[in-house]
Amino acid sequence: MTIVGLTGDEAVAHAVKQSKADIVAAYPITPQTIMVERFSKYVADGEVHTGYVCVESEHSALSACVGASLTGARVFTATASQGLALMHEMLYIASGLRCPIVMGVANRALSAPINIHGDHSDMMASRDSGWVQIYAEDAQEAYDWTLLAFKLAEDKDVQLPLSVNLDGFIISHSMEGVDVLEDEAVVQFLQTRKPPFTIDPEKPVTVGALCLPDYYFEFKRQQVEAMANVCGVLEKACREYKGIAGRNYGALEAFGMEDAQAAIVCLGSTAGTAREVARKLRAQGKKVGVIKPWLYRPFPTEEIISASKRVKALAVLDRAVSFGAPYGALCSDIVSALYSLRESPRIFNVVYGLGGRDIQPSDIEVVFNEALEAAERGVIRQETMFLGERE
Amino acid sequence: MTSKERSGWKSLPIGGVVLEAGSSLKYKTGDWRAFRPLVDREKCVNCLLCWIYCPDSAIIRREKWVEVNYDYCKGCGICAHECPKEAIRMVEEEK
Repeated sequence: MTIVGLTGDEAVAHAVKQSKADIVAAYPITPQTIMVERFSKYVADGEVHTGYVCVESEHSALSACVGASLTGARVFTATASQGLALMHEMLYIASGLRCPIVMGVANRALSAPINIHGDHSDMMASRDSGWVQIYAEDAQEAYDWTLLAFKLAEDKDVQLPLSVNLDGFIISHSMEGVDVLEDEAVVQFLQTRKPPFTIDPEKPVTVGALCLPDYYFEFKRQQVEAMANVCGVLEKACREYKGIAGRNYGALEAFGMEDAQAAIVCLGSTAGTAREVARKLRAQGKKVGVIKPWLYRPFPTEEIISASKRVKALAVLDRAVSFGAPYGALCSDIVSALYSLRESPRIFNVVYGLGGRDIQPSDIEVVFNEALEAAERGVIRQETMFLGERE
Repeated sequence: MTSKERSGWKSLPIGGVVLEAGSSLKYKTGDWRAFRPLVDREKCVNCLLCWIYCPDSAIIRREKWVEVNYDYCKGCGICAHECPKEAIRMVEEEK
């Protein structure tokens, strides 16, 4: 076991180095992250033999990644906020061409107004782009999930691009002790990529051909199936990873859900705060719990149902707004997932932390108390709570 | 090609990749056609203007007249428009 002090961004860069990525293509200016900045140092210092491509925009960065991935290479890129927005078109091309690119996203707010701080608006706006999406809670998780990401994305039954999301600044720029694996253990775990086809001048194929109403539908259905395969592949990969790293991962992490009356569902770093508050409240005899989905796409419906079947009220926290929608993105998914339960818990949405607004343990306590009250009374007071805003 | 003859999602290569070269020949664009060109062999003088103008190379040369390759003819009607003898007329396709 080797503990090193790393920020979330640096932890991802370290994992990419150990994964022996063949190509990293990235736009090197704001809103870029330190993930690829640190990685460029590894390349310059000769610590890794990766082709490093600096391009003129995020749109080009992902385009270069698509080309590289089609040759059979292991590919990584990173971005945030407006950069992800500029990639939007290419996100669909990467998934449609079944390129298992791994991308680190330091989740940040979208303009306007201009803001550089953490929220989930960027990735939530891309949630239907056919990318597998993982949300990490801290630097350790960002490191572990980056290694797992290559394993998952490149699996023969998946072959989809994957984003490892870490909360901008809160995780991306905060230093923690991260337990890193030996290089050799990572090589054993990941092996080299085995693509089902490659672009090779000796064996020409056509990629990106026109595909009209008579075929397009079938290729989208293939993507649906690949997404459906993710949960099974993830379970197997996590079991193997536990064997070498000793850390337990899966589609979600449930805390206190065996007897919780009320629980919070949230993504990323907020889960840590929620768990601490839950611990405190449980010590006072209040039965509360926390559900933290690591996997957001595909949505782990079965696991969500199994974790929430005893709970009476759920507060679902969204760090992004879905303007005009009944709920935020995560809450909509939770409501849909639990619709089939005969006795679905009372569910309300909490929109919080936009543009990097801090969320304190006292805020979380307010939410738990609201959820406990909903559990007791069997009714909710409001469908959506805006937490920590000024009126 | 009818819908039943086309491969389904279980057997198609993933990502829309086409694994063989020259496969566009198998893609019969004739079913895009809304109007079908019919050649009147009595009027045709075999001047081959239609053969020159056809953007899909779907005119077949015969000794005394021309024929249309309906596998690839998209029914644009350029042949009928260019024919100096009005030997080609466009007839609506019926399903």
